[in-house]
Amino acid sequence: MNMLTDAAVETALEGAPESNAVKMRGNKVNVFYGEKQALFDVSLDVRENQVTALIGPSGCGKSTFLRCLNRMNDTIDICSVKGEITLDGEDIYNPRIDVVELRARVGMVFQKPNPFPKSIYENIAYGPRIHGLASAKGDLDGIVETSLQKAGLFNEVKDRLHEPGTGLSGGQQQRLCIARAIAVSPEVILMDEPCSALDPIATARVEELIDELRENYTIVIVTHSMQQAARVSQRTAMFHLGNLVEEGPTDKMFTNPEDKRTQDYITGRFG
Amino acid sequence: MAEHIVASFDEDLEHIDRLLRDMGELAGSMTQAATRALLTSDNALAQRVVSDDTIMDAKQTELDERAITLIAKRQPMAQDLRAVVGAIRMASDLERIGDLAKNIAKRVGAVGQSATPRKLSHSIDTMASMVLAQVNAVVDRYVARKAADLMALRDEDEKIDIHYTSVFRELLTYMMEDPRNITACTHLLFCAKNLERVGDHVTNIAENAYYILTGEQLPVQRPKLDETQMTAES
Repeated sequence: MNMLTDAAVETALEGAPESNAVKMRGNKVNVFYGEKQALFDVSLDVRENQVTALIGPSGCGKSTFLRCLNRMNDTIDICSVKGEITLDGEDIYNPRIDVVELRARVGMVFQKPNPFPKSIYENIAYGPRIHGLASAKGDLDGIVETSLQKAGLFNEVKDRLHEPGTGLSGGQQQRLCIARAIAVSPEVILMDEPCSALDPIATARVEELIDELRENYTIVIVTHSMQQAARVSQRTAMFHLGNLVEEGPTDKMFTNPEDKRTQDYITGRFG
Repeated sequence: MAEHIVASFDEDLEHIDRLLRDMGELAGSMTQAATRALLTSDNALAQRVVSDDTIMDAKQTELDERAITLIAKRQPMAQDLRAVVGAIRMASDLERIGDLAKNIAKRVGAVGQSATPRKLSHSIDTMASMVLAQVNAVVDRYVARKAADLMALRDEDEKIDIHYTSVFRELLTYMMEDPRNITACTHLLFCAKNLERVGDHVTNIAENAYYILTGEQLPVQRPKLDETQMTAES
């Protein structure tokens, strides 16, 4: 006779609970490019030490939302952001916020690897130097080495740190960009389709890296690859026509989504 | 459900579904034929069941291969993923039903013309028609996408179990009455047990089909009381 109660069985089946602390929160975010509205009342929580994947068809607003999280949209003149976005409870659109400091706390990795036309060493050292994170040359060497190690690139480049970063392969360049983002000790890393220009092996390396980085950072990733979202993220948010359609645990989103639009999109039925 | 952007994806899924329906029909006809062969001592019919099992195995192999290829090629998600994985599991239950029917058919010769088991034919016949109704219903309801009806089907299995217990007791009585009945009755007992197992596979299929259709698992059933076990101990 089985003496386990249902509750005991449930506890036994579930692993350790995931962290639920909210790192960043979007509250009724509306974004306009001139007259055209790109995001409609998007409210989304980004949880600490978790990977949140943003998915949806092209033009759905997922990259726009991502770029709001470190005010990258400020660089576009006609773009205006309404609503509230907080980092650790603090409004990042508050005029008192130093945008440069914000972008050090919320780093970004782009679709195409974009190393500076400088040496591998300088690519990493640049950020910490301008942010005054290293007081001595030795400190800087340490930051460069640790960042490259965290990005899983150190062993491949340790003998040619002073060669140009642009001489690396695409996958290595992307990991160099991730190392560069890590070098300024960010809390959140935003990734905009970080693997779309990489081959499957380089993609696997970056995905493995994302999984490791999750321990220390909060990650938000925009991806067009459904399988990638399913593999790397703990939570998934689905966007469509500027609206947040559905947000939930990744496992559920890819096996049993609630919204028909999500269902149609992830199963390849979008008309 | 809207069609896939890639039309051949729909065709692949459709093909797997068709194989599953074929296997369901075959499982039903094999169970029916095996029981009829047993009750009428029809050796030719029994032989047909045995050869049908080869077809069943071949269909399962084909379904498995198609499902695995589809997963590799299309990386299905959500309901498509559930449909493909569910089909693999349902096919394996249907294949087991085929095996159990074959096992019943193989006993036809052994039970032979023995007089006493004839008295039993009514009891086993009733059990067989209950099981058969279940086998036919489970595939029909899956094809018709009737999730709630599938849930009801699982509850029906309880009745088969109760009937099995009464067949068990009846056979035991005949064996005690006259030891010459033991050989035939033991074979019949295995047949009844096989029919009961077919019912269990139908339950599995119903649970899988429910999951495919809804994305939710049916709640775990409470442990059943196996009454034949108690009879054996007393």
